Amino acid sequence: MSLIETFFNWSVFIDALPALLEGLGITVMLGAVSIVAGTASGLAMALLRLYGPAPLRWLARVYIDAFRSIPLLVLLVLVYYALPFVGVRFSSFISAALAISLVSCAYSAEIFRAGIQAVPKGQFEAAQAIGLGFGSSMRYVILPQALRIVVPPLTSNCINVLKDTALASVVAMPDLLKQATQAQALAANPTPLIGAALLYLLLLLPLVRLVSYFESRHPSR
Amino acid sequence: MPTPLIQIRQLQKSFGAVSVLHGIDLDVEAGEVLVVVGPSGSGKSTLIRCINLLEEYQGGEVLVDGVRVQKGPQLVTVRTGVGMVFQSFNLFAHLSALDNVALGPLRVHGLARSAALARAADVLAQVGMAEHSHKFPAELSGGQQQRVAIARALAMQPKVLLFDEPTSALDPEMVGEVLDVMQQLTKTGVTMVIVTHEMGFARRVAHRVVFMEAGRIIEQGAPDQFFGNPRELRTQAFLKAVLQH
Repeated sequence: MSLIETFFNWSVFIDALPALLEGLGITVMLGAVSIVAGTASGLAMALLRLYGPAPLRWLARVYIDAFRSIPLLVLLVLVYYALPFVGVRFSSFISAALAISLVSCAYSAEIFRAGIQAVPKGQFEAAQAIGLGFGSSMRYVILPQALRIVVPPLTSNCINVLKDTALASVVAMPDLLKQATQAQALAANPTPLIGAALLYLLLLLPLVRLVSYFESRHPSR
Repeated sequence: MPTPLIQIRQLQKSFGAVSVLHGIDLDVEAGEVLVVVGPSGSGKSTLIRCINLLEEYQGGEVLVDGVRVQKGPQLVTVRTGVGMVFQSFNLFAHLSALDNVALGPLRVHGLARSAALARAADVLAQVGMAEHSHKFPAELSGGQQQRVAIARALAMQPKVLLFDEPTSALDPEMVGEVLDVMQQLTKTGVTMVIVTHEMGFARRVAHRVVFMEAGRIIEQGAPDQFFGNPRELRTQAFLKAVLQH
C-alpha cells in the first residue's frame, strides 16, 4: 500500500504532469535540433574524411576519434562551465545542443563513411564513365544508395541522441529529467521520476521498434 | 589518311611496383571495330580503362579525338564521348532501367527531363529492353542488365564504345542476346573497342584483332589472318588453348 503511494502517487503525478510535459517538449526540441545538426554535419565530416584534401582528411579523422572518445557529460560540463572563463557564454540549451551535436557528428560521420564505402566500387566507375563529376556522382548515384544502407544505424544513433539529452539537466536545462527531479523535491515523493521514466519510454520505444523493423527488412537489392 | 579517333603512345601503367603495361602503341580509326584478346592478367582491361581514365597511367599518352586523356576540365568531354560497358554491368541499383539510361543525358548533357526520358526510351528499344524499362536492376536477368548497360552508354551518343569483357559474368544462355546487340551496333558505324574471350564473335565482327600478353601487344591483324594463320608462336599457343574445346 505505502509502496504504491510512494512510487505511483496519483495526485502527485497529476500535480507534476504539466511540468513534466513542458520538460518533455524541451527534451524533444533539444533532441530534434541535435539530431538535425549532428546528422548534417556528420555527413559533411564523412565526405571530408573520405575525399577531402590530405590535411583536412587527417583533421577529420582526429575530430572523429576525439569526439568519440570524450564522455558527453565531460564535454557538456566543459562547454557550460569552462568556456565562460574565456568569455564564451552559451545558454544551457545552446550548450547542450552544441555538446550533443559535436559528439553525434562524430558518430554519424562513421556511420555515413561505412555506408558510402559499402556502395560497390563499380557504381563510382559507372558514374564516372558517363561523365558525371564527383559532386553529381555523389548526389545522384552514391549517396542515394548509401543512405538506404545507413538508415538502421542512423536511427539507432538518433535514439542515443534523444537519450543523451537527459544529461542536459546537469547544466540547469529544464528538460524532462530536470522537471522530474524538481517536482520530486517539491512533493517529497519520487512519483514524478517514475512519470518521467514512463514518458521517456513512450518517446523511445516506438523508435526502437522502428530500428528493429528496418533491420529485419531485407535490402531491396 | 584521317587522324585516328584513339591514339595510344608508349602507354605505361603500373600498380605500385607491378608494371602491367609496358609501352603500348595502338591507334583506333573512327568506325573501326577492334577486338582485344589475350590471357587473363595480360593487361587488356587495364588498357581500355586507361582510355577513359578509370585507371591513371604513369607514362606515355592517350588521345581521344585529339584530346589528351588526363585529369582536368577536359576529362568530362572525353568521358561523355567514350561509352563504357563493364563486365559486372554496374547498373545504378537504386534507379529503374529507364532512369539508369536517362541519368547521363539529364545530368551530363543537361537535357530537360522529358527529352532525357525520350532518348532513354529510344535506346532501350534499340537494345530490345523497351518493355522492361520500369524495372530495377535486381529484377532483371544478367543479359537484360547488360543490355540496359549498353543502352546507358549509347544514350550519351558516344564516338567510341569500350566493352570490358561484357559477357564474362553472364550465364551461358544469356551470352547470345548481348552479343546480338553488340553485333547490331557494329553496323551503326560507331567505333568499338571490345575486350572479350568470345573468339567466334571476335572473328565475326572484328575489323582488326589485337593479341596481348604480359602487358605487350604481341600481334595484330585482320580476323581471318589472325585466327587462320597467326604469325607469333605465343598467339598460336593461346589460340590453340582457347579454341581446342
